[in-house]
Amino acid sequence: MAGLAAAFGSGASTNSLVDIYKSDVMFLIGTNTTENHPVVAIKMKQAMTKGGARLIVADPRQIDMTRFAHIWLRHTSGTDVALINGLMHIIIDEGLYDEEYVRSRTEGFDEMKEVLRRYTPEFVEGITGVSQGDLRRAARLYAQAQRASIFYAMGITQHTTGTDNVKSLANLAMLCGNVGIEGGGVNPLRGQSNVQGACDVGALPNVFPAYQAVTDKEARRKFEEAWGVVELPAQPGITLVEMTTAAAKGDLKALYIMGENSMVSDPDLRHVEEGLKRLDFLVVQDIFLTETAQLADVVLPAASFAEKDGTFTNTERRVQRVRKGVQPPGEARADWEIIADLATRMGYEMKYRSSTEIFAEIAQVTPSYAGISYKRLEKEGGIQWPCPTPKHPGTPYLHKDKFVRGKGLFHSIEFIPPAELPDKEYPLLLTTGRVLYHFHTGTMTRRDEGMNFRYPNGHMEVHPVDAYELGIENGEVVRVASRRGEIEIPVTVTPRSPHGTVFIPFHFFEAAANRLTNPALDPIGKIPEYKVCAVRVEKIGQNGGT
Amino acid sequence: MSQITITIDGKGIQADKGKTILEVCQENDIHIPTLCYHPRLPITGACRVCVVEIEGAPTLMTACTTPIDRDGTVIYTNSERVLEARRMVVELLLASGKHDCLTCESNGRCELQDLAYELKVESPRFPVDPPEYPIDDSNPMILRDLNKCVLCGRCVRACNEVQVNRVIDFGYRGARTKIVTAYDKDYAESNCVFCGECVQVCPVGALTEQKARFAGRPWEIEKVPTTCTYCGTGCTIDLNIVDGKVVKITGNEEGVMNKGSLCVKGRFGYDFIHHEDRLTTPLIKEDGSFREASWDEALGIVADRFAQIKDKYGPDSIAALSSARCTNEENYLMQKFMRAVIGTNNVDHCARL
Repeated sequence: MAGLAAAFGSGASTNSLVDIYKSDVMFLIGTNTTENHPVVAIKMKQAMTKGGARLIVADPRQIDMTRFAHIWLRHTSGTDVALINGLMHIIIDEGLYDEEYVRSRTEGFDEMKEVLRRYTPEFVEGITGVSQGDLRRAARLYAQAQRASIFYAMGITQHTTGTDNVKSLANLAMLCGNVGIEGGGVNPLRGQSNVQGACDVGALPNVFPAYQAVTDKEARRKFEEAWGVVELPAQPGITLVEMTTAAAKGDLKALYIMGENSMVSDPDLRHVEEGLKRLDFLVVQDIFLTETAQLADVVLPAASFAEKDGTFTNTERRVQRVRKGVQPPGEARADWEIIADLATRMGYEMKYRSSTEIFAEIAQVTPSYAGISYKRLEKEGGIQWPCPTPKHPGTPYLHKDKFVRGKGLFHSIEFIPPAELPDKEYPLLLTTGRVLYHFHTGTMTRRDEGMNFRYPNGHMEVHPVDAYELGIENGEVVRVASRRGEIEIPVTVTPRSPHGTVFIPFHFFEAAANRLTNPALDPIGKIPEYKVCAVRVEKIGQNGGT
Repeated sequence: MSQITITIDGKGIQADKGKTILEVCQENDIHIPTLCYHPRLPITGACRVCVVEIEGAPTLMTACTTPIDRDGTVIYTNSERVLEARRMVVELLLASGKHDCLTCESNGRCELQDLAYELKVESPRFPVDPPEYPIDDSNPMILRDLNKCVLCGRCVRACNEVQVNRVIDFGYRGARTKIVTAYDKDYAESNCVFCGECVQVCPVGALTEQKARFAGRPWEIEKVPTTCTYCGTGCTIDLNIVDGKVVKITGNEEGVMNKGSLCVKGRFGYDFIHHEDRLTTPLIKEDGSFREASWDEALGIVADRFAQIKDKYGPDSIAALSSARCTNEENYLMQKFMRAVIGTNNVDHCARL
């Protein structure tokens, strides 16, 4: 989000998902779309099988989408910047970039060109492992398309260089004039129903709703007036991973967690547990007694999505209705009712009779949502922000004719390797992610008969050569250790993960990938490096084991 | 598209040249029954239920595949010849399957049943000879009873051309033709990913939701359209509700993003809603274990503790994690609560994870 905001002036996905049918070329990098966004993937597959779209996939793992790819770039995990710089080097070298677009709509090109000079195909092959021929073919295919779109997800952002990775993709798209057009753009695929919306309405430590900075005096004045408070804090708050660190150090005394299972989802779980246990007071509001809720002092029962009214904003900025179908169980209440009740008890009256009233207030203080109302959503189905007025139809794609920040900004970015790479002691690279049948920390899907039928527990993908070298077999339970912890997990021997890399899905508490992951953060996005850390795999029964 | 004038059932109609007879009839509220046709699927003209009579044409033509391209074309959608042909199709289908509606989950929303009723086919004139396929109940999601299959091929097109999963196809030949996975295995043993697109488009009771069996008849179901709770795609789903319980989830055909398509989690991953592990009352920890409490007591403690900690250590000693799985309204209130009531910007959510 920070990467796109710096380049374009807005961190949101630039285009609509129906634009997939208008792309000549799609470039997927760091997105296992078929498993994580299956319905987006079906549009992509249709565009290729029915339309004439071409597909480039860059991913270290042999994800399902590689079956449909015209070119598959199997780069080493954590070398995205080098790969993208390499593609741009070739595009500039061969004169394939959009000179007119670069001249009239962007700035910073010359500085970037200087940096790109050393990212020759030879140099990039050495870093990424992608052959020079494939680099050239991919660069030409992307650059020569009329309309080329880029899709990415956590495979790009969950690195210590996540923001750099995103900026690099913005560079590539601008270089070929692909931003501000239908069927183009740079499109992050959000992994949860309302990531986009939670960001839009200010559930971030540095901004109010609509990304108005808390450090901006004018913005603070506006919200002080809207909320009827004398003075709002001017200092940006701390981010999620910083919260557990602050708790472990004793700086943070109380934590209020709503719908989040930190004890499975956060990196370096031993450290998270230490932090949560050191708190003076922990409140968890959830639909189940999660691993995190078990550590709480007070647990508040919440309603599920089927039991409340509201809105979600999807990955393409489309605000859509959530409707109550059934009653919450027992005394469980909608999260908004609980927060409002708590605020009122603490002396700040929040008297909302329905989610409609809260949305009306959001529209008042959030310029990009100003023209949206439940009444319109009822009639129109869904509206893409920015939608500044009640007559505005919504915005299918951003940056048409002009970037939100004026000119698009090229960033000059050098490749930096991941924070922790395999070495003698921990010789394998661990990468983590999701599988089709489970969602996030498994709180919902692991209680499902169907999902468990298809995918009952976690296992680790190991390349056949690594399995041979380690002397382990398909189905065998092994011990995996990193500098932070260890787990035991059965093995699936498959060439899906490349030689030297193992993959573990993070949904499974009893074999939690996040006992191993590295909490090293991207300095700007503060996203942990879930996609690369170093591990050692041991046969159980060796080294004093059972 | 240029306009031409045609006559349907004696009525003069302006039509766009090149549109199919079915499309033009639908636009003009002229009913033509269909079976293998589905608005989201490629057209195959397989079932012959939509046949119409065109003056000058030697045979009856399928309305779904025949484009209107000649000015002055005269079409009959309801002639005795047409109705007799449709009856024949329906009778053959009824005779070649096990169409017992008594406990069929599709009873009341079955397109074959509707056809039989519309054409007044009480029983087929041919001996009923169903194939006696074993029922595929190999998995907890999709129940497959090929004895009820009418071989319309909607599931095949849904799997191959909408979802592009390429799991099922027509297998064998002639009277032994059936819908098969690779090597004719059951769904559990196939490489099916259980998106359920085949169930969504099945016009009869051959493919139904396993978990919804005996949970309620189609006419007892109330559908509430909402947005899926899982990934950020934003598919529109229908909660199918009977007696205050979600008994199944179906794709909403009007959904902007998904047009009725869903994935396995969105369609089948709803057990959690009514799961016995759901929290039903506030809990307070005492001496290391939880006890049930009233809202009044629990929120009273939370309010007091937050106030004490804020007084003693300052507002920045408190933080909140909001949620990308909660609504905009809830996220908005959470950040407002932290900023306006507690007085800190320490609020974040799981976008980074």
